[in-house]
Amino acid sequence: MRHDHLLSAKQLSRGDIETVLDRAAALADDPGAAADAHADRLLGLCFFEPSTRTKMSFDAAMKRLGGDTIEMGGVDSSSVTKGESLADTVRVIEGYADALVLRHPSEGSAQLASEFVDVPVINAGDGAGQHPTQTLLDLYTIRENAGFEDLSVGIMGDLKYGRTVHSLAHALTNFDASQHFVSPESLRLPRSVRYDLHETGAQIREHTDVEDVIEALDVLYVTRIQRERFPDENEYRKVAGEYRIDADLLERADDDLTVMHPLPRVDEIAPDVDETDHATYFEQAHNGVPVRMALLDLML
Amino acid sequence: MTDTELRVSKIEDGTVIDHITGGQALNVLAILGIDGGSGEEVSVGMNVPSDRLGRKDIVKVEDRELSQNEVDVLSLIAPAATINIVRGFDVVEKHRVSRPEEVTGVLSCPNANCITTESEPVDSHFEVLEEGVRCTYCDTLVRESIAAHISVA
Repeated sequence: MRHDHLLSAKQLSRGDIETVLDRAAALADDPGAAADAHADRLLGLCFFEPSTRTKMSFDAAMKRLGGDTIEMGGVDSSSVTKGESLADTVRVIEGYADALVLRHPSEGSAQLASEFVDVPVINAGDGAGQHPTQTLLDLYTIRENAGFEDLSVGIMGDLKYGRTVHSLAHALTNFDASQHFVSPESLRLPRSVRYDLHETGAQIREHTDVEDVIEALDVLYVTRIQRERFPDENEYRKVAGEYRIDADLLERADDDLTVMHPLPRVDEIAPDVDETDHATYFEQAHNGVPVRMALLDLML
Repeated sequence: MTDTELRVSKIEDGTVIDHITGGQALNVLAILGIDGGSGEEVSVGMNVPSDRLGRKDIVKVEDRELSQNEVDVLSLIAPAATINIVRGFDVVEKHRVSRPEEVTGVLSCPNANCITTESEPVDSHFEVLEEGVRCTYCDTLVRESIAAHISVA
């Protein structure tokens, strides 16, 4: 994999993806193999938005490679509150670190940052845009549980604003996968993503009811419908209630269905699903460490 | 007034942009950064009869020859525009606008959450597609009403 930056899943070929996943698998089998691979290297964690899994797993990954991390702290305590531009902030931090991991509330922020620094920039989520490292761990989880051959993937929830959805949809076009998008009309996939999928000739279908497609799926990727996307509380409750997975619904699914979620969940996956063999979301979250170790190992 | 009279009307030196989509002349001037502030002599005709377009706009700019790069961006809002370079009252060059591969700093991204709409030291940048344009920062597609997103003063 030869990229200066990782900004979008659109830039990843199947070869790139498999290189990362193979390296991640090797590191998962033998975590000590790269224990000193990046000693004395520093990773800058620039999180302009809250994060638990992404930030902690990058932190863990870098430290397991023998390196260390520095972080700017919360936005409230940084120079951003003084009105500093993102361009200036990253130009300062590149002097402190060997690579930058950036999460920012605005779409295109990682692209902008990459234009102002010489160290690698890794997009850890830019607004409702992209989240390519989440996609790599999602694909790792899919490969481990369902494989990539003749795959049928359902992606459900907030498809309009869900950056993990946008990245995953792009990346799946590299594989023999049909994609079923399940959402309320108001949260369907953005036109730009549908345009890209159309351009690649991907097999996609859109649905408003998961029951229409549940029996055909190998993977169901559930995302959270966010309260703030709805002007009216009642409308939110109505929609959120219709896009909820529980053990009863999964009775109709294939026994091997893999249920994933980028987390955090609120109530879109009922707790009774946790006890089924379908539940894969905690394993998915754990995969963030070997996958990000692999990515850093290949990029640094 | 006939089409011919409008196209070659009497400027001595400069550029005549003809066959502009009706109603887009002021946007053409905005894109070209021509606001009269630097003293150019500019004539504008709007919604004049045209055999080819029904109604068209026409812009004449004295003492300034616009380059192909400058005018190609006009293809986004006036795809039928023709450019006439005039020297000594004669049309010495005549060509059509062609679609550029990308445009920088001309349009503003309609996505209010795009990083280019914030106080960052970058110009907007759009890839030009067969139908419409696409922000290279946030991927937003603009396929209708492109003129509404012209951001130059």
